[in-house]
Amino acid sequence: MEVPILKQGDFLIATVQAALTDADLLHFRRALIQQVVRCRSQGVIVDVTSLDVMDSFASRTLREIAQMIRLRGAQTVIVGIQPEVAFAMVQLGLTLENVATALDLEEGLAHLKQKSESTA
Amino acid sequence: MARIDTDLSSTQVQEEFSGSAGHAKPGSVLLRELVAHLRERRTQLREEWARRITEAQLLTAMTKDEIFAEATSVYDNYVEALETGTFEALQAYARNLSERVIPRGVETHEVVGIVLLLRDVLARSLFAKYQTDFTKLNRILDAYEPAANRIANTVAVGFVQERERIIREQQEAIRELSTPVLQVRERLLILPIIGVIDPQRARQLTEQLLRGIRTNRAKVVVIDITGVAAMDATVANHLVQTVEASRLLGATVIVTGLSPEIAQTIVNIGVDLGKMNTVGDLQGGIEQAERLLGYKVVPLAESS
Repeated sequence: MEVPILKQGDFLIATVQAALTDADLLHFRRALIQQVVRCRSQGVIVDVTSLDVMDSFASRTLREIAQMIRLRGAQTVIVGIQPEVAFAMVQLGLTLENVATALDLEEGLAHLKQKSESTA
Repeated sequence: MARIDTDLSSTQVQEEFSGSAGHAKPGSVLLRELVAHLRERRTQLREEWARRITEAQLLTAMTKDEIFAEATSVYDNYVEALETGTFEALQAYARNLSERVIPRGVETHEVVGIVLLLRDVLARSLFAKYQTDFTKLNRILDAYEPAANRIANTVAVGFVQERERIIREQQEAIRELSTPVLQVRERLLILPIIGVIDPQRARQLTEQLLRGIRTNRAKVVVIDITGVAAMDATVANHLVQTVEASRLLGATVIVTGLSPEIAQTIVNIGVDLGKMNTVGDLQGGIEQAERLLGYKVVPLAESS
């Protein structure tokens, strides 16, 4: 299952459309960082609106993605975590620490724009 | 009750007596005789029962006519349960009766009381009828007592179950009322919590808040717990989880109004206070929220 990654100006938008296997997640992580390098992106939005479950491997992979992208000098925002998923995650102790989150795509883009303006 | 078993060799006794459990099979001669007697004396026994209910000062919430009407229904259901040996109709009636009388303020002891009074009234009429034939009286009571006990049980349980159902509904309603999620500015929600938070309410609160964040696209939430006197470690943890879950939806949470006791609890459970954004009171919390959202509140120029 490929995760589509679209370019939007200085940013990339990756939309996760269905539950990903562990292998899919690792593939996604590699594909995303390669795109960031190729496009010289300043920010990445990972949209997980369609996910109705988030396990510890997915959570860890997202944290690693954010860390890797930060090493390229770019920001990551995870958007679209559903209320039920958020609730389940905190109960399992999966808090996505140090990873920016936003309600949806619009908020995520606003966040990235604000961040890139303040560092410009 | 002590029984004097005389004339056990009589074949009729062997036929009718059905073991120490004493539960006569429906359709047995004795039971039919019993039911016939109760039907025949219906008018007098109902009136006596209604009289004894009033004497015992039960069902004071109802008028004499209402009592008599209900007495009639209960009596007929009672006799039918005795006759058929099945209790579903009685159970349904008991629930239905409970649904009607509970809002009128009728209490459990009243409902149990009247059923037991009916049991007594019917038993006395049996004593009166069979007073010359002690053996027969014993056998009739063997048929009557287990069924009568089961009836009393069925009605009482039906009543209590209905009360419990109503209590659950009311608790649910109170919970809904107690945790409104209010939007006071664009992107700013307030959640004022009042009273006791148990783990169930805490969970309901979190779900409501998360849905509210998504619906209102809130960026900041102020949770005010001025009205919460105390909180145990479990609930304090729930609060922390609520803060974390809200962050996953892109919202910042400010907690205001922590009492000294609650502050102590939170420190004791070792919460990383870097995760908790707290301000002294609600006013301070709203002011900080406005700053976070980029609002600045200035008084309009006063005319000099």
